[in-house]
Amino acid sequence: MALTLIVLLPFVGALLPGLMIRAGRNGCALATGAVTLLAFVLLMSQAPAVFAGEVVHARWEWLPAIGLDANFFLDGLGFLFAGLILGIGLLIITYARFYLSRNDPMGQFYTYLLLFQGAMVGIVLCDNILLLLIFWELTSLSSFLLIGYWKHLPEGRQGARMALAVTGMGGLAMIAGMLILGEIAGSYDLSTILQEGEAIRASQWYVPALILILLGCFTKSAQFPFHFWLPHAMAAPTPVSAYLHSATMVKAGIFLMARLWPVLAGTDWWFYIVATTGLFTMVMAAWIALFKDDLKGLLAFSTVSHLALITFLFGLGTPIAAVAGVFHIINHASFKAALFMTAGIIDHETGTRDIKKLGGLMVLMPITMTIATLAALSMAGVPLLNGFLTKEMMLHEALHTEWAGVPWLLGAAAVVGAIFSVAYSFRYIAHVFLGPKRDDYPHHPHDPPFGMYLPPLILIVPVVLIGLFPAAVAGPLVAVAADAVTGGNLPDYHLAIWHGFNLTLVSSLAALALGAFLLWRHRQANAVRLSVPRPEAKRIFETLVDGAAAGARLFTDGLHNGSLRRYLAVMIGACILAGATAFLNASHAPGGRELTHVPIITLLAWAVLIGACVTIVIFHRQRLLTLVIVGVVGMLVSLGFVYLSAPDLALTQISVEVVTVILLLLALNFLPKQTPRDSGTGRRLRDGLLAGLGGLGVGGIIYAVMTRDFTTISDFHLAQSKPGGGGTNVVNVILVDFRGFDTFGEIIVLGIAALAIYALLDGALNGPAVKRLRSWVPDQERARDRHPMMLVVATRVMLPLSLMVGLFIFLRGHNEPGGGFIAGLVVAIAFLMQYMASGFGWAERRMKIDYHLLIGWGVLAAGFTGVGAWIAGRPFLTSDFAHVHLPVFGDFELATAMAFDVGVFLTVVGSVMVALANLSRLARVTEGPISDDPMDVDPQRRGPGTGMPDAAHTGKAEG
Amino acid sequence: MSDLTLDHWILMPIVLPALMAPAIVLAMRHDLVLQRVFSIAATFALLGIAIDLTFQAAGGPPQLYELGNWDAPFGIVMVLDRLSALMVLLTAILAVGVVLYATTSGWDKRGRHFHALFQFQLMGINGAFLTGDIFNLFVFFEVLLIASYGLMLHGGGAKRARAGLQYVAVNLMGSTLFLFAVGTLYGVTGTLNMADLAIQVSRVPASDQALLQIAGVLLLIVFAVKAALVPIQFWLPGAYANAPGPVAALFAIMTKVGAYAILRVYTLVFGGGAGDAAWLAADWLMPAAIVTLAVGMIGVLGASGMIRQVCFAVIGSMGTLMIAIALFTPEATVAALYYLIHSTFAAAALFLIADLVVARRGADGDRLRTAPRFPQSGLLAGFFFAGAIGMAGMPPLSGFLGKLLVLDAAMSSPSMALIWTVVLTTSLICIVGFARSGSTLFWKSAQVGLPQVGDTAAEEDASPVPPPAPSTMTMAEGLPFAAAGLMLAGMVALSAFAGPITDYLEGTAWQLYNPVAYIQAVLGPDAFTGQ
Repeated sequence: MALTLIVLLPFVGALLPGLMIRAGRNGCALATGAVTLLAFVLLMSQAPAVFAGEVVHARWEWLPAIGLDANFFLDGLGFLFAGLILGIGLLIITYARFYLSRNDPMGQFYTYLLLFQGAMVGIVLCDNILLLLIFWELTSLSSFLLIGYWKHLPEGRQGARMALAVTGMGGLAMIAGMLILGEIAGSYDLSTILQEGEAIRASQWYVPALILILLGCFTKSAQFPFHFWLPHAMAAPTPVSAYLHSATMVKAGIFLMARLWPVLAGTDWWFYIVATTGLFTMVMAAWIALFKDDLKGLLAFSTVSHLALITFLFGLGTPIAAVAGVFHIINHASFKAALFMTAGIIDHETGTRDIKKLGGLMVLMPITMTIATLAALSMAGVPLLNGFLTKEMMLHEALHTEWAGVPWLLGAAAVVGAIFSVAYSFRYIAHVFLGPKRDDYPHHPHDPPFGMYLPPLILIVPVVLIGLFPAAVAGPLVAVAADAVTGGNLPDYHLAIWHGFNLTLVSSLAALALGAFLLWRHRQANAVRLSVPRPEAKRIFETLVDGAAAGARLFTDGLHNGSLRRYLAVMIGACILAGATAFLNASHAPGGRELTHVPIITLLAWAVLIGACVTIVIFHRQRLLTLVIVGVVGMLVSLGFVYLSAPDLALTQISVEVVTVILLLLALNFLPKQTPRDSGTGRRLRDGLLAGLGGLGVGGIIYAVMTRDFTTISDFHLAQSKPGGGGTNVVNVILVDFRGFDTFGEIIVLGIAALAIYALLDGALNGPAVKRLRSWVPDQERARDRHPMMLVVATRVMLPLSLMVGLFIFLRGHNEPGGGFIAGLVVAIAFLMQYMASGFGWAERRMKIDYHLLIGWGVLAAGFTGVGAWIAGRPFLTSDFAHVHLPVFGDFELATAMAFDVGVFLTVVGSVMVALANLSRLARVTEGPISDDPMDVDPQRRGPGTGMPDAAHTGKAEG
Repeated sequence: MSDLTLDHWILMPIVLPALMAPAIVLAMRHDLVLQRVFSIAATFALLGIAIDLTFQAAGGPPQLYELGNWDAPFGIVMVLDRLSALMVLLTAILAVGVVLYATTSGWDKRGRHFHALFQFQLMGINGAFLTGDIFNLFVFFEVLLIASYGLMLHGGGAKRARAGLQYVAVNLMGSTLFLFAVGTLYGVTGTLNMADLAIQVSRVPASDQALLQIAGVLLLIVFAVKAALVPIQFWLPGAYANAPGPVAALFAIMTKVGAYAILRVYTLVFGGGAGDAAWLAADWLMPAAIVTLAVGMIGVLGASGMIRQVCFAVIGSMGTLMIAIALFTPEATVAALYYLIHSTFAAAALFLIADLVVARRGADGDRLRTAPRFPQSGLLAGFFFAGAIGMAGMPPLSGFLGKLLVLDAAMSSPSMALIWTVVLTTSLICIVGFARSGSTLFWKSAQVGLPQVGDTAAEEDASPVPPPAPSTMTMAEGLPFAAAGLMLAGMVALSAFAGPITDYLEGTAWQLYNPVAYIQAVLGPDAFTGQ
């Protein structure tokens, strides 16, 4: 429980700073500190158990499906790291309180910091590698926020993005690695995996898993060639740098190598990859650090170098080297955090971190100078300070290990690295504090307030104490942690300053001397550096990412260029390809049904249909003509239905055809009458080919289906229409009963379409488009007689007849061809004709119905008919029918389906009329005032039509 | 007389919005407050029903509802199983967030009939999830298509109309194809009921296999249009980017309709029992899914606008989802469904957040360039960060778990190396893409001074910019944030309760890969013995 709390506390506590900032900056810092302190105390309460060699566990089931559980365990290694994270975290919180200026949003800062802290504690305490991945990525994310904290600095943003991209990439590789590792071990629990070392190393998946995991470690711990992000992360506020780069973020990679050491280490692959990378990075980074003029830059590369040192030690794969690695983790954390803080102090107090502008601060900032000097000397590996001990251990191991058969290579490289290390450490002292006092510091330097130098001062204590009494001060901690790293194979060793006069000591002292010499010859060394090519990693990285983004944009925008023609061509092409492949890869036999005789009339209709289609293709740019021919096609289809004895379908087809052609004509009024020619021959050929192939394919499928016998559920429908559905017209019974639910859906589609048209045109009429409409000039000559008398008279006569026909079609629908749908269309056509004959304005005044109501009532009627069946305890839309005898009228059949059909009827009428109403609203905007008279030339009236477009309007139209 | 509603509970997710919408048109079309109250109430009621249905589905075998009291396969049936209940529940949760956002942000008053169309949209989506009949599925596809078209055009404007035309044209083409496919399928099998299809397909003779499989692949393309799979993803960026923010958020479920249909049809009808046509979709789906993922995430990196970026992220997430579906194993289907839920929340959250940002940036809209600082940019930055993390599949939000599940499920696949490489690489591309855009939108812009009053003359379809930098929001201003936050909270809950949720999903996958229970629920216990 305590373990879980330790991990959870920083996350939960992250809510506090944002609130507590209202209590002031001190309150905010105190609250944050209290959270960390509490976690630290909880951790320390576990110390007795850990030092007694126990492993504390806490387990929570989370996602057992893949073995991801919130399991935590605390052993020596976890204890060491958690202690560092929380302990140094406390110091950083204190330091940051004084470092951040009044203008920096401190609440945010502490929130990010706690999130980050929680993620780090999670990494080091979790007992499940999938859980570890989660915390791992969380550190990437929270460090992104921390590094980019000063969002006004471009370097901060770039640095943050770079860190995220690099460590994020490593994290993703590690996901793959961890999944493989878990698969080999049969569990994602670390404690289990740690037992499976031999099986894992023997597996054929070992190498891929190793490489993928190491990618994660190397990116996080900034090992070559992924080291470049770390220096740029220095754009962060110094407390962040101090935290991320001494004890936490970059140590995560180290931690993981240590954690998995018993499993992954000990093979050639491990040795050659890890040790070589480590040693190379160590030397290279130390060399670069020597020439960094930015204090934090120097420390950044020194960090890379020291991380590499630890990596190298773990890479050697021997238990004794691992002990040294663990020990150096402690030492590096203490002196490096202190150094970063002093760099921050110098920056804060002098206004610059540029070494070239510094020097002579010894007298001005004595306290800072003392702290910084001790820490830097430790980093250099000067005896009696803790850095010396581990540097010696490292040299010893390097000098006694051979690399690919060459015995001296590692040793020599390590000594070179040590020389550079000494040089840059001394430089931190000599070029900043020594030398003459200057008079051109940006601010007048002085020692900072107590709260600011207290944290580094505290850190210096272990630097010195461990340096003096290693075994007494650090011995137990190193022992438990190293015991965990080596999987219980702790070698015989003792931590001491004096190991006798040997090769290691000689090289150590030589490194000190040569390092000092190198610093003395700094200018010449710099000349050497400048003479060799130095790839600028940041530029390469930015070029790569910017190039990738630009390429991605080109690719994406090029592909999605907004051409509907392309989209449809690709889609049809895909259908043809998929259909053809499916056909070719499956067995097929031609159907066995005999072909029917083709009468001449059918052939004729077929020829007209083909002719009509060809005409459309040829004249498709003349829209009016196209529309007419589309009507012809529709009529032929209706005839086809008639010929095939499907009167219902024929009726439907005809009425739908009429309504759509009329509405399209009305819409076309506002559109160009010609489609512009906008594609070249090549593209038209392509489209023609696709269309031809698609058509042939569909035709082929239809032919294949129709030439074979099949039995379908329709037989049931035919048989049950009368006994079950109460109607002899099976088409209608299917529509309103067997598959009434489909019809319910389809009338809703109609209704929605009408609502959408209304909403769309209403928006247009209230938006900027109305201006265009007002100034719209009819592109064709207007008829002088907009409402011809003949038409008016004919439609008036037709109206009652049409309504009667509609009613008749509706009533007979259940038993004879007809039904609500067709009836609705017929009635709608009858009304349409009135509107066309006398104009919308005139007709509207006589039809005082909001057609929205019809749609609403229609859908509701259909819906409630369905619900009505519930009262009878039957499912939705269950029909019922009864024969009723009425005097005079005789026998009647009443079916609930009729109520449903009323709904269909109302919706159809409403939808068509709403569509019409809205098209005519457009017309009224463009065509001026509406006519009050039913027709323009009315014999009962004198004079010419008043409904004609007024002169001004006509004049405008013609001008 | 039995209980009026409980017997018909399964149908309520369809009937409730189907009656609410016309009621809104009839009685409330002149009063926005009424519309809002009833629309929100109906959506919450839908949520309650969906929760109850999910518990019912979890507790037993699939349940049948025979419309018009006609036995399957002759009438239309609705089937409630774990999968359909889950999808309805997800829709309801999403709908609550969207309707609250649309109301509180004032989007619903920028055009007519928003709430009626919204309810109809819900009806269409729920119907598609519940129906057990493939032609009825077509009908519901039409309902949701036409309603979505209406919603997409909500608020008007030339750009929206142009994008809407492409959307509707491509989808009508899809509908036509649907008819071809269903017609062919009916020609070969003589039935439309999906359970019956499952039986009939297994009996299709060798001579008809080619026709059957053509129908199968054409149907797959139809569903792929909805799911925005390459090479039919083209319509999505334009359509979603130009749709009103809350509508785009609602559309997060629309692509999932395609995914659902694929999962349903290609496990039930063309699943293990389909003889020569077994697992028909797998070979087509996997390559398409992998390319979709790549195209989507490359789009995230290359997008020039924030909303367009989210659109491509949606395409990418559909790729990931389809990879998991295309593996066609129970483990992979658990992963797919988990990821499906996740990506719905992630996409919805990001669309809403983008809408909040665009509304505040005035003339700069969603373009990824520095612009004056806008009110609440800190909070929005946090929201965007969370949303982007979710979408990119970074912890601690559910995207990471979803991705882990997918990778884990792919381990047994022969194309494991390819899948892992693409999934992980595209994650990186996505992270970089979002980091770049977020940094530009929120960090870089933070240094630009607050706008002068004259600078922010609002564009045609952006709401007026509120006075700059009030550090605390009023309650009314905060409500849209709460709605967006609800979607983020969905991802948090999905992570926190990953265990119980995957338990449910395991049961769901089991049902899908053992369709006997489904078929027997629809056709009766002796479904397999009859002709």
